[in-house]
Order: sequence, then C-alpha cells, then structure tokens
Amino acid sequence: MATALEAVQALQQRFGSAVGAPATFADRLTGRDEVTVTVAREQLAAVCRSLKEAGFDFLVDICGVDNHDSDPRFAVHYLLYSFKNRCLLRLRVGVPEEDATVASVTSVWKGADWHERECYDMLGIRFTGHPDLRRILMWEGYPFHPLRKEFPLEGQPSNVPDVAFTEAAPLQGGPFVTVHGPHVADREPAVRENALPEDIRSVEPNKP
Amino acid sequence: MTTPKVNAPPVERTSKSVPAPSAATAEPPDTLGERMILNVGPSHPTTHGVLRVVLELDGEVIVGARPEVGYLHRGDEKLAENMTYNQFVPYTDRLDYLAPLANNVAYVLAIEKLMGVQVPPRCQFIRVICCEMARIASHLVGVGCAAMDVGAMTVFLYAFTQRERLCVLMEKLTGARLTNSYTRVGGVARDIPPGWTDELKQFLDTFPKTIDEVDRLLTRNRIFIDRNQSVGVLPKDVAVDYGVTGPNLRGSGVEHDLRKTHPYLCYKELEFDVPVGTVGDCYDRYLVRMEEMRQSVRILKQALAKLPVGEINAPDFKTVLPPKEQVLTKMEQLIHHFMVVTEGPNVPPGAAYFGAENPKGELGFYIISRGGGVPWRLKIRAPSFSNLSVLPYLLRGHLIADITAVLGSLDFVMGECDR
Repeated sequence: MATALEAVQALQQRFGSAVGAPATFADRLTGRDEVTVTVAREQLAAVCRSLKEAGFDFLVDICGVDNHDSDPRFAVHYLLYSFKNRCLLRLRVGVPEEDATVASVTSVWKGADWHERECYDMLGIRFTGHPDLRRILMWEGYPFHPLRKEFPLEGQPSNVPDVAFTEAAPLQGGPFVTVHGPHVADREPAVRENALPEDIRSVEPNKP
Repeated sequence: MTTPKVNAPPVERTSKSVPAPSAATAEPPDTLGERMILNVGPSHPTTHGVLRVVLELDGEVIVGARPEVGYLHRGDEKLAENMTYNQFVPYTDRLDYLAPLANNVAYVLAIEKLMGVQVPPRCQFIRVICCEMARIASHLVGVGCAAMDVGAMTVFLYAFTQRERLCVLMEKLTGARLTNSYTRVGGVARDIPPGWTDELKQFLDTFPKTIDEVDRLLTRNRIFIDRNQSVGVLPKDVAVDYGVTGPNLRGSGVEHDLRKTHPYLCYKELEFDVPVGTVGDCYDRYLVRMEEMRQSVRILKQALAKLPVGEINAPDFKTVLPPKEQVLTKMEQLIHHFMVVTEGPNVPPGAAYFGAENPKGELGFYIISRGGGVPWRLKIRAPSFSNLSVLPYLLRGHLIADITAVLGSLDFVMGECDR
C-alpha cells in the first residue's frame, strides 16, 4: 500500500495544496487497502494525467455522490487501480451545485466516457470536454436526475411526446419503504431518520 | 440497342472536377457509395437481452457503431438507498442474472469489508463453492450462446443440459433456481443440506466430459475458427484503457484475476491457474472461458475436500440473525433479531469498495455509509457496462456478420449493465 501513498506524496509535491492529505481505509480481511485523497476541482485533469504516468493505468469506476447537506453539494469519486503496483487510489472532487461541472478525464482513460455519462445522467454533473455527453441509462429528454436526494423513490411523472413517459410507481407504505408525502423527509426512509434542514425541504423537487 | 452519338462532345476528364481531399476534411472520398444507418436491437437474438446498436455501414462494412444501453434500467442504486443492507440482496440477483450467487457474495463482501466482519471458515468455503458454481453456469451460457450465434446449435443444447444440473443443485442449496438471494451480511441464509456435497461431487466427476465434448465440437472446428479467429481483436492496452475486465481482459493477455492478485474468501488456500490469451480475438476469449470452467471444477473439488465443519455465520448477533430457537427463548436474542430485521446491521460511517472476480469481470460495490442500516450511496461497478463501452472500437472495420461473433464473445448481461 506504500505505493499509493508514495503516489499521493509525489502529487502533493507537484500540485501543492490542490491535493489534500491522504486517508487510508485499512482492509484487514483481504489487505486491499484504499487510499483516498481530495483533489481541487481545477486541478483534476492534470492530477489524473500525472497519475496515469505514475502507473495508475486502470480507471475502475466513477461514482457521483449527492451530499445535499454539505457544501459543496456534490462529490465525484474516481477509483483508480495500478496493475503494476496492485494498489487502489481514490480521488474525491467536490462539486458545488451552482456550477456542477468537472473536467472530463476521457482523454486520460477512454473508459471514463460511459462512467461520466452515467454520472451526468443520474446526478446532473456536467463534464467539460467530454466528447459526447448524453444521457446513457435514461432516455434523451428525460427531465430529472434520479440519484439526486430530492428525487422520490416512487418516481416523478414525465412525458416526452412520442418517446416515453413515466408515472409515479404505486408503492405501498410501511416503515421501510417510501410513503406518500409532500416533502422528501416525509417520503424517504433514509432521510426520515435524520430530518432535513428546512431549506432543503422547501426546495421544489427536481427542476428540469 | 442505341448507337453512340459520334458527334457528342468528348467528356473532359480532368482532375479539376474531382475535389482533392484536403487535410481539413478528415473523411476520405467515398467511392463505394453512401453510408447507411442500420439499427440492431434492442430486441434481437444476438444482442442477448436489450442492447441496441446503431450501425453506420458502408456496404457491409461497419464504419461506426453506437451502442445504446439503459433499456433495463431499474434504478437499483436508488433503491439501495431506501432499504436496509440485507433487503438489497435479492436485487443483486437481478444484476448478472446468469450468476446470481456470485453477485450475492460480492455484495455482502463489500459490506463486510466496511464493517470489518470476518465470516467463519465454513462460510468462506460455501461462498467459494457458490462463486465457482455460478462461474461454470455463466460460462456455459456464454460459450453456448456464442457458439449458437455463429451457427453451432449443438453446443448450446449440451451447455444448457449441464447448466440445468447446476440449477437443480442451486435450488437444493438455496431454495431457488435463478434468484438465489443466498448470502446475508455476516454469513449465508442456510447451511448445506445433507447429501448435497455428494451430488455436487457427482456433477464434478461427470461434467468435464461435456467440456471435452464441446472442445471437440468447437476448438478445431473450421467454421468456428473462421468466424472467430482474428475477429474483434482487443489489444492489451485498449482493453486496459476502456476498463475491460474478466475473461475479456484475460483473453487480451493481461494476467489479472482478483482471486489471484487480491485473494478474498479462502481462494489463497486453493490451487488454480489463470488462463490468458495471446491475441485478444473472439477465439481467445472463448478459449479462456473454456479453461476457466476446468479451473472452476478444480477449485470446487478442492473446496469440497477441504470444507470445514462449524458455524456458517459470524458470531455477532448485532449483524446476523440469531438462531430461531434462541430468538424464541432469550430476550436479548429477540431484541437483536428485531433490530437486525427492522433497522439492518449497523454499518459504521465511511466508504469502502470491494471488487470480486465475477464470471463477467470485476463486479464492484462501492458503499458510502453515514452509519446505520441503510447505505447513503451504493455504486455498482458493473463489468458488463465497461466491457460494452469498448464495442465501437471492436466493431469498426468488421462485416455485419461479425457482430454476432463479437457480441457473443463479449458475454455481457444487460441486467448488470443497466442496473
């Protein structure tokens, strides 16, 4: 695992404060430790290029996260793997809601193409410089981004004439599934526990 | 028949009339004719599910391919955020529905990694048996369908006969043929039933005969070789660049198998080889799958021989359900039972990724927890999703007829790709 930390040290020397302190998740069962490091949004593409040169030739996954109660609201997690050193490294980039854009890394790893499209589709984070940023799982013209926390589990009605339409799913209530209600906090069991602050509750769900 | 006019002005054939291809227009002049757009899928026998490919054709040559996915999107990641960890196990069955047992194992291993829960040795061996049975079942479908797509119907029937035997074994073990939902956080749903290991042994003794039969039918079959060799060549560096994993990556010659490079469960104690290809064409991917089935038989035989006795669940009733007789007689176990069922196992805040070597490739679950029994975010890294993203590269320059060979050799499952 030293190699991932060494790579982070090299990054810190080159990019200074744009690269945060590494946090290690020690896996005592399989020894597959994960080093996570926060990277400034502006420097992401340069950091990725430098990491690829350092041997991180495999982009495992890109995961967009909606942390609606924190600032910046969104985060994009990049999981990299090095075949040579056999270690994992995760980059974490904060993305503010008002300017939800990140530089695309498709020029570094071609596999980033579909992952970035999925992240855009599900959370509405735009990747600047992406050659073909279209929706991938939902259809073109679908107005919402379903993995945002304010999107209800039962779905939202939508209609793209001659393409597709959606209606809210007939979910039954209960302690562990979604119940009907005007606000997210009333609907989602995940957020019912830790009630949302008022400003989030008042937000109209999913403006197109 | 008309006679040509003699006094017709001669047609001037100068190079001026044809615009010279300039550097600015990258497209070469097309002398063969105009391009045609052809739609394949989403409901087509060779697309193995609901994959749609929009092809740009020049005659019969593919000059561009655009895969369209998402027809089977069910929002699994959204669903996971709204239920306890154990409630999501049945949803993992429906990812790669040709190897549900392997998905179950990969999913709970990710949670156990985040929680730091170690399962007892017997459970580890049972899970390995599950994974390898799923691998054989999945590769049987993969090889059988790939062969059928290029015209070898017999292999498909032979493969499905054997898969049926595995389905019966899985039903005896888990209660379901296809949607097994066998694992739980910290253990498995139930122990191996009496006599089951003997039946599996019997299967393992007779099954290699079928592999040999398929081998004789395909490996040196002239038609099969012509359809598959040098078709869909995926070089090593391209495969890595696109994030291709599993037999497709190993077919390109990258010796990367998570069971070997980062052994999980009890794979360290079991002997097996990792087959790799040399060229990276459809034929190599077929060979890799065939050999992996043989290696899985080898692993299963060792696992059965070494199968330890003992507990099948981690000894932590805050994570796994206590035995029913204790729930009915002891107050504390009753409370634990209630808490595990209603609130789910208490996963500490944090984030962890676990990738398992599934039949289709690296199936990874990335779990972000804020504590409690419900994940804050669960990302599924589906191997079929990454494996399909390389399709435009693979199809370019091939004939339409090669699509069947290429798609068959990639062995993808749309349930996993679209999630």
